[in-house]
Amino acid sequence: MNNPYIPTRGVAPDGRASRITRREALGRGLQGAAALLLADSWSVRAFGAPQAPQVNPKAKAKSVIQIWMWGGPCHLDTFDPKPGAGKDYCGPLDKPIPTNVDGIQIGQLLPELAKQADKYSIIRSMTHGSNGHETAAYMVQTAHTPGDGQSFPTAGAVVSLFKGYAGGYKGLIPPYIVMTKLQGRFAEAGFLGSRAKPFATGGDPSQSKFVVEGVVTQGITEERQKTRRDLLGKLNTIGQSMDRDPELITAAQCEKQAYDLILGDAGKVFDVTQESAEIRERYGRNKFGQSCLVARRLVERGVPYVTINFEGWDTHKGHFQIMTRKLPELDKGMATLLQDLADRGLLESTIVWWGGEFGRTPKVQWEPPWNGGRGHFGKVFSHVVAGGGFKGGHVVGSSTETGEEVKERPVYPVDLVGSIYDLLGIDGAAKLPHPQGLDVAVLPALDGTVKSGGRLTEIM
Amino acid sequence: MGLLNPVPADRRGCRVSRRALPVRFRVSATAFILLAVHLATATANPYEADATLMPKGKIDQFVFANLRRLNIQPANPCSDAVFVRRAYLDVIGTLPTAKETEEFLRSENHDKRAALIDQLLDRPEFADYWAMRWSDVLRVRAEFPINLWPNAAQAYHRWIRDSIRDNMPYDRFVREMLTANGSNFRVGQVNFYRAVQNKTPTGVAEAVALTFMGTRADKWPKDKLAEMAEFFSKITYKPTGEWKEEIVFFDSRKDPDAPTNAAPQTAAEPATNVTITVAAPPPPTEPIRTNFPDGMPARIGPDQDPRVVFANWLITPKNPWFARAAVNRTWAWLLGRGIIHEPDDIRPDNKPVSPELLDYLEKELAANKYDLKHIMRLIMNSQVYQLSSVPKKDTPEARANFACYPLRRLEAEVLIDALNQITGTTETYSSPVPEPFTFIPEDQRSIALPDSSITSSFLEMFGRPARDTGLQSERASAPTTDQRLYLLNSSHIQDKIVNSPKLRTLFQAADPARARKFSKSDRPNRRDRSEKGAKASNRGRDAEDDAPSAAKPAEFAEALYLTILSRFPTPKELETVAEYAKTSSSRYDVAVDLAWALINNPEFLYRH
Repeated sequence: MNNPYIPTRGVAPDGRASRITRREALGRGLQGAAALLLADSWSVRAFGAPQAPQVNPKAKAKSVIQIWMWGGPCHLDTFDPKPGAGKDYCGPLDKPIPTNVDGIQIGQLLPELAKQADKYSIIRSMTHGSNGHETAAYMVQTAHTPGDGQSFPTAGAVVSLFKGYAGGYKGLIPPYIVMTKLQGRFAEAGFLGSRAKPFATGGDPSQSKFVVEGVVTQGITEERQKTRRDLLGKLNTIGQSMDRDPELITAAQCEKQAYDLILGDAGKVFDVTQESAEIRERYGRNKFGQSCLVARRLVERGVPYVTINFEGWDTHKGHFQIMTRKLPELDKGMATLLQDLADRGLLESTIVWWGGEFGRTPKVQWEPPWNGGRGHFGKVFSHVVAGGGFKGGHVVGSSTETGEEVKERPVYPVDLVGSIYDLLGIDGAAKLPHPQGLDVAVLPALDGTVKSGGRLTEIM
Repeated sequence: MGLLNPVPADRRGCRVSRRALPVRFRVSATAFILLAVHLATATANPYEADATLMPKGKIDQFVFANLRRLNIQPANPCSDAVFVRRAYLDVIGTLPTAKETEEFLRSENHDKRAALIDQLLDRPEFADYWAMRWSDVLRVRAEFPINLWPNAAQAYHRWIRDSIRDNMPYDRFVREMLTANGSNFRVGQVNFYRAVQNKTPTGVAEAVALTFMGTRADKWPKDKLAEMAEFFSKITYKPTGEWKEEIVFFDSRKDPDAPTNAAPQTAAEPATNVTITVAAPPPPTEPIRTNFPDGMPARIGPDQDPRVVFANWLITPKNPWFARAAVNRTWAWLLGRGIIHEPDDIRPDNKPVSPELLDYLEKELAANKYDLKHIMRLIMNSQVYQLSSVPKKDTPEARANFACYPLRRLEAEVLIDALNQITGTTETYSSPVPEPFTFIPEDQRSIALPDSSITSSFLEMFGRPARDTGLQSERASAPTTDQRLYLLNSSHIQDKIVNSPKLRTLFQAADPARARKFSKSDRPNRRDRSEKGAKASNRGRDAEDDAPSAAKPAEFAEALYLTILSRFPTPKELETVAEYAKTSSSRYDVAVDLAWALINNPEFLYRH
């Protein structure tokens, strides 16, 4: 516990560390001390920011559902079709379809999303220029440029820091959930460290039982959980010998919190069987569709940030076959999510953010070894935003006829992420807690050295 | 403080080990319980030896003098059981097996602790484990943001591991890195200069200062840092025709103000036909004049590699940073915190708790050919290292002055390896992207993983450092609720226990009647719940479980305690297990629950 920003004790919701003295802890005994600290629930994992994070309480958006298209989805085949560019660019997907908003067309494999176009806006001029997965994923999700010696946290880690326990969230479910696997190969938490890492559910919500690693197990009855816990307590000889050890006190708190989640009702949020068969069908009976449904259940309970890590978009080979298989899953899941959130009045307070680290080469690589694949393309690509204060039914910016250059209104990651923070009431100039005590802000300062096309005011 | 006076060895502390223990699993229940009672009566808990403190050498002299001055009573010496586990974990990052533990406890050799230390320092796992620690600070990472690339990360790690295996003197180890030229794929140590996010001369200077001088140059006055940066102003990075290969070399013509031509960020496809056009500036004629970090002037001839000049200055016994940083790091790795703390934050206003101790270790290092194993041996043979974790006085001051051995959570890699060892299972690691794909052989242990970017949610969750910065504190040791949830209740861990071939063997061995039955019905389990991770051969759980008895769980408990906690159970613990056995009709469930409870016990999860 060398990091001054990681409290070994609880942090009150207002960000103040609720320290107790050793004497107090002693007086109450381990149980008492742990119980006292647990008033703050999951906050052991939260950070004590140097100053209370400034979140504008009037902010419209309360939560974010990020549909992360890991691998980089093709903009031409999704939200920026270019039927005029010919077969070399469109392959077989050259018949875009109209949407319920006049003048907006999208890819032909997204008919359900075409019916929801009034709810979202398409940004067709995203750009950062990087063609490396990790670097591009970092840029899109942190809004920072690599190489400054810092590894910044992603939007998910930032939002759950500001809108999590320090921002008044009180749930037992951790404030930053990833469905179902971490992105890997680059750390979501950045320099905020392991405590700001998202909770990855593991498992598969489309299976008959959604086994959430650690929370929902298969094959252990509640009774056995309780007798086991009792056994664990009785065999804790070291805890009894060293009852004042700060490490062990923290460990005991963590264990208590873990059991609150294992034995309490909070974990039921992951039980999609509580939903009707009809709604489950509408979301699509696949991992992505059911993840969207779980995401809705999570934001319904106030979880500030949910990432659905939708893998498989790095289509160097067999691109169009993969599109034909995967785009219908995306279409059903995301369209139903938008409709369902709107029906429940949640869309006003929930930002839905769709996109990947980059787009794909507009010109199809028909030659071997790709044989109809698309490469990485960071020069221009599309993202989609909805809800939480973003207007629907608009298109921001555009790309050229072949989708190879930004034509108008470039949007850089800092513009998009900054706009999301604005709607959430997070000040981009606020300081982040840094392990070496460095003075670093949430967003890079727009001092002319950072490329920016300005916040997305046209759709806010 | 008569307690601290040297006294002859108190043999009472060795009583446990000198008594020949009965052969496991054959002992009758009664005899076993009697034995256990005997073992446990030596002291109130299994962690402290019933012996008096025995200061032995300079380390003890300095640390105990400090404690006496501060009026802090040190902890009691640790028991043999604590020592064997501690030594294994600290030297080879590996849990002792039940057999190794038992042999050690049984040994009547008076010098058995010293002998064990020597033996462990020669084990192959020593190289794996200490290469892992050095790879943290040397930033061995294939991907973002260090971006070494998989083959280069492996070459770098291989060089580090081989150097440690061969016990390369530390001064040579550092010199080879600092003065290396060549391909990132072929000359592993050149990757030191690639494993920095900021490859400008200033960025490299900061990395060198942090890694080998244990100091944060970003806090120095600007001009001092700029002077040091001069020594790294002639490093050039040049791509070759091979995908992601890069030659790092000294180039006397390099314009230090030119942008760093490090490899471009990962491109989509391999670049073919790389053409390198270097507009060659005229060779320099003027020497570089700058100052070393200690203020002494340096003159570097136009054809001289400034890095060599720097290395010659750094690697001398008189250098105020070099040996100091190395011994302080080693101490911190073994005892949880530095004599100067943080171990990589050496500066005039961050005083060592014992300047004499630090000075002594520095001199020992220089006088013994920079052999870090010699330093480890000195530390581990000291009474200070062999104190128990049960403090007499638990204050931050006592901890800072090494009054007890501090509890620390096992590192992510050590923890998963220990779980695999206990259960006889393995992990599968791979990185599907980028090409070339990385697949780690199934029997490779996690402490031997070359690259911190291998995808593993377990390692991430348990605080494996990203290796972004080279700071020793990047490795997170604080416990989190996620970790507790995972160990208590995830299918990954649950499967390892339930389907563990090793626990099943132990279970059968503790019950000869059952063992016979199992050999007859050697069939796969229809109720296999394995989902992932645990690659266990699934022997069936017998349908008709025997009625529980008090004696047999005790035998099984002994085997489990030795396997998981590296000690015998106490009578109180045996009683608890016997009571628990009565609550379930399935003896195997009881065994599984006991293994689960010991794995979730802080005594397993922490070094102590």
